[in-house]
Amino acid sequence: MTGTTTPDPATTAPVPAAAVRGGNGRTGRVRGRGERGPLASAGLHAGLLLAAVTAVFPPLWLLVTSFKPKSDAFTTSLVENFTFANYDHVLNDTHFLTWFGNSVLIVLVTTFLGVFISATTGYAVSRFRFPGMRPLMWTLLITQMFPMAILIVPLYNLMAQLGLLNQPVGLIITYLTIAVPFCAWMMKGFFDTIPVAIDESGRVDGLNPFGTFWRLILPLAKPGIAVTGFYSFVTAWAEVAYASAFMTGEENLTLAGGLQTFVNQYTNDWGSMTAAAVIIAVPAMIVFGFAQRHLVAGLTAGATKS
Amino acid sequence: MAVETGRSVAPAAGGDARGRGRGTGGAPGKTPGPLRRALATHWYAWAMVAPVVTVIGVIIGYPLVRGIYLSLTDADEANVARTIGVNEIDATYEFVGLDNYQAILTDGVFWDRLGWTVLWTVGCVSITFLLGLVLASMLNRKVRGRTVYRMALILPWGIPAFVSVFAWRMLYNEKNGILNQLLAGGGIDGIPWLGDPTWAKISVIAVNVWLGVPFMLVAMLGAMQGIPGELLEAAEMDGANAWQRFRNVVLPGIRSVSSTVILLSTIWTFNMFPVIFLLTRGGPGDSTEILVTYAYRLSFLVSPRDFASSAAWGVLILLLLSAFAVVYRRSLRKQGEVW
Repeated sequence: MTGTTTPDPATTAPVPAAAVRGGNGRTGRVRGRGERGPLASAGLHAGLLLAAVTAVFPPLWLLVTSFKPKSDAFTTSLVENFTFANYDHVLNDTHFLTWFGNSVLIVLVTTFLGVFISATTGYAVSRFRFPGMRPLMWTLLITQMFPMAILIVPLYNLMAQLGLLNQPVGLIITYLTIAVPFCAWMMKGFFDTIPVAIDESGRVDGLNPFGTFWRLILPLAKPGIAVTGFYSFVTAWAEVAYASAFMTGEENLTLAGGLQTFVNQYTNDWGSMTAAAVIIAVPAMIVFGFAQRHLVAGLTAGATKS
Repeated sequence: MAVETGRSVAPAAGGDARGRGRGTGGAPGKTPGPLRRALATHWYAWAMVAPVVTVIGVIIGYPLVRGIYLSLTDADEANVARTIGVNEIDATYEFVGLDNYQAILTDGVFWDRLGWTVLWTVGCVSITFLLGLVLASMLNRKVRGRTVYRMALILPWGIPAFVSVFAWRMLYNEKNGILNQLLAGGGIDGIPWLGDPTWAKISVIAVNVWLGVPFMLVAMLGAMQGIPGELLEAAEMDGANAWQRFRNVVLPGIRSVSSTVILLSTIWTFNMFPVIFLLTRGGPGDSTEILVTYAYRLSFLVSPRDFASSAAWGVLILLLLSAFAVVYRRSLRKQGEVW
């Protein structure tokens, strides 16, 4: 997939760039693109290693710290006195499990509804050209760039009037404002990758567009739907602004709000924070691990093809 | 059989529903009126998009209109409709026209925050893009341990941003954080990472870059792998060196993807709430407050909550972003991009 040419096995030494440039390349060896000098190799590895360490270190340090006793939270050494005390404390003495449950409920319902509502739309904008399609595409795109600042106040007031503040339902409705346009947009990208010939054969066999969608395309689009679902899961799992504003009171917080309670201007419970952070990050990483290979394809395909 | 009819439908532009109606097999003899015909041919499409249109209209359209209306009033915590116990108190705020906008635009705070937000966005996006590009072209070679590097490099993307931000807060801790302890080990005085306005700005940008590079990297890598190997080989045959190949083959090859991800990440960064909010709360003072966090502060952190001004800030942010998107798109179009 990298498209590297197979290098001539005989050529191991690097050819100076000048030789390739000047010497017409016919007489001697052609340097394969995968080859390079030992110095360049070392530089490449050094660069990548530095970047990789920078990328991994903060979460790794979080993990390491979570196994230290509270008093050691800021020691520079690796774990000296290994302990599960932080986890024990977080799981048993705080509202963490309640927050976790709140988050799971809200995020699962949001994801399910978001995917469910947007599937047909993704298909329609991928396959049909109909009056109103361009405005719809624009709306989907623009709503994705909506700052939450514009919706948060009216939504807050609305939820307050409907008595939905501190209710999971309120946050689910709010998250749908993010999930629906996003899911529709991403699914369009995935439906675009399914050959139109399949639809046509379905029509020939007498299926109407709904039938084609339901019986033929939807089964084929399952991976795309899964990825869309994963991604809206991860997005909602990590949402902070609405969650912090709409959910108050220890019992009602989601994870984003709950984690803030460990370290704020009043308390500095770094030990609990690290343990909680690790437990929050693990599900997200598992979900992300499934989806990551396809994420960017979905995101950019929709945008570049439209 | 699918082949035969498939062929007759295929030329009708990307296989659309109309193709069937006006295709070869259509019955031209009894054509109904244009409106009925449109309804007959498009009702499937309209029915399919109906759920999303409804949902968007109700939960985005309506609040949006209300938000715009609120920004034209003097609504705050004390005069909006609310329920206290069993008592329902009606709203008493009044329409004040463009007063809020006038107040915001004539006040220095907005322009200060806008200046920093632009700096923050440009800084984050450009550094993220450059790093992503460099790392992607490094990974796009035959390197031993490619998969391991790749996995390590996209790790930050898989962790919820707010978790990562807390990890960084721990590293940045002024007294005991590991960054300052490392500096102390080297005999350098600790740096007030989040306590000093300038350092705080650098720190928040660093965290956001750290969060953003994985996405850039994956996008760029995907785009680079989409460039046909023959193109690069041909360039190499013609004597192009690595840099020339990069500039003249790779860069144009990833143009459509990179312009898209730059647009996306500009918008995301402009609105990047959690990094600033959780790392510094906009502080010290309001030195790291971007427009979005400031609007949030107005409606949820100050007392009394100033809903009207907050809504007006929101509208202004939306206008700024829309203007940016339009200008960006137009400039891309001028350069011949399809998007």
